[in-house]
Amino acid sequence: MSSIPQQAGSLTLEDVRTLLHAVADPEIPVLSIMDLGIVRDVVLEPDGVEVHVSPTYTGCPATEVIEQMIVSKLQRNGVERVTIKRVLSPPWTTEWLSETGRQKLRRYGIAPPEHAAGKRSLLGRSAVHCPRCSTERTTQVSEFGSTPCKASYKCDECLEPFEYFKCI
Amino acid sequence: MALRTFSAMDSNDARFNYVLRLGDNALVLGQRLSELVTRAPELEEELATANFALDYIGQARLFYSYAGELEARGRGEDDFAYLRDEREFRNLLLVEQPNGHFGDTIVRQFLFESFYVLQLEALTDCSDARIAEVAARAVKEIRYHLRHVSQWLVRLGDGTAESHARVQQSLDDQWRLTGEMFAGDEVDETFRLNWNGPQLEQLEADWSSRVDAVLAEATLTRPPAQWMAGGGRQGRHSEHLGYLVAEMQFLQRAYPGARW
Repeated sequence: MSSIPQQAGSLTLEDVRTLLHAVADPEIPVLSIMDLGIVRDVVLEPDGVEVHVSPTYTGCPATEVIEQMIVSKLQRNGVERVTIKRVLSPPWTTEWLSETGRQKLRRYGIAPPEHAAGKRSLLGRSAVHCPRCSTERTTQVSEFGSTPCKASYKCDECLEPFEYFKCI
Repeated sequence: MALRTFSAMDSNDARFNYVLRLGDNALVLGQRLSELVTRAPELEEELATANFALDYIGQARLFYSYAGELEARGRGEDDFAYLRDEREFRNLLLVEQPNGHFGDTIVRQFLFESFYVLQLEALTDCSDARIAEVAARAVKEIRYHLRHVSQWLVRLGDGTAESHARVQQSLDDQWRLTGEMFAGDEVDETFRLNWNGPQLEQLEADWSSRVDAVLAEATLTRPPAQWMAGGGRQGRHSEHLGYLVAEMQFLQRAYPGARW
């Protein structure tokens, strides 16, 4: 379809995606917003780019910071007009976290969410592995943590405290 | 705003008021929970209540911005939060109650969230797409809260003789504020008819059985059927709301138009 622009300024869709891979989550800087799975779509327009973003939690203070970071990243790279569209539906889930994202989290010392997110794993108790020594022998210290997306745990083998990226 | 008879209620007006009430419940409870920052009984509970507060304030913002669009008079989320007087708030009396002791906070949270989670679940099926998608996002957050407060209710109720007695008293004190959740008026009725909104009788039956199940596990006694207070959803509040609003709005009242 010829009506869909192939480029925004001098950038192709692939270029825009690569740039977005370099935008870090301000609260967990080891993750990019692409790893986090919150970028739902990128639409090229004749004079700019529209980026569709899903917030992780309704009250997450990082949401607005992330939107500003996307706008400034793309504008600094020559996109004139950047529009952010906030997408609530379907709601973001930890299932959208990429496999690379999970590995990065583990290396950073945060246990990634267990798979099969949803009501059952959110409300049930599934085993959380220590990101340092991988044991399943861990204890929940608090269902809440330093950001809305994390809970606090400690390892019963290596005794390290660590954060768990909770399933939602 | 004078209450009109059901037959005269404009359907868009009803939808605006329905959304505003959702926003007011979320904002007022979020503000209450924020008061616990630096003074919760232990660090883990401070994290929990601060996280709850954040979720509620985020939900309030989504409801208020939509209410502003429906009203189409140029008001936005800050106008609803900071520039209305106490009588213009449409929240339930339950959510404006002071935090009291930790048992009071847990009981208030448990009674309200047991209702709110059902209300949101029902709203995910309503025919207003915007409300449905906010509800689908919010319900995941509230389920997580409710699990946490239900565990606390069981721990306190089935704990020591002292904790049992105090949390039973909290339940007895706040029970009369629960009837308002199910006392529908023309706003609920118009919203239900036009947008497939929740059936309050159904919500009440579901709420009742869920609450009974947790109370039984907590070895607590359900208070007897009694006179129920009301009026919050029509703007007639307990004395507590005025103080909350005064503190919340101080900055905007002292420095009108101040921006972050």
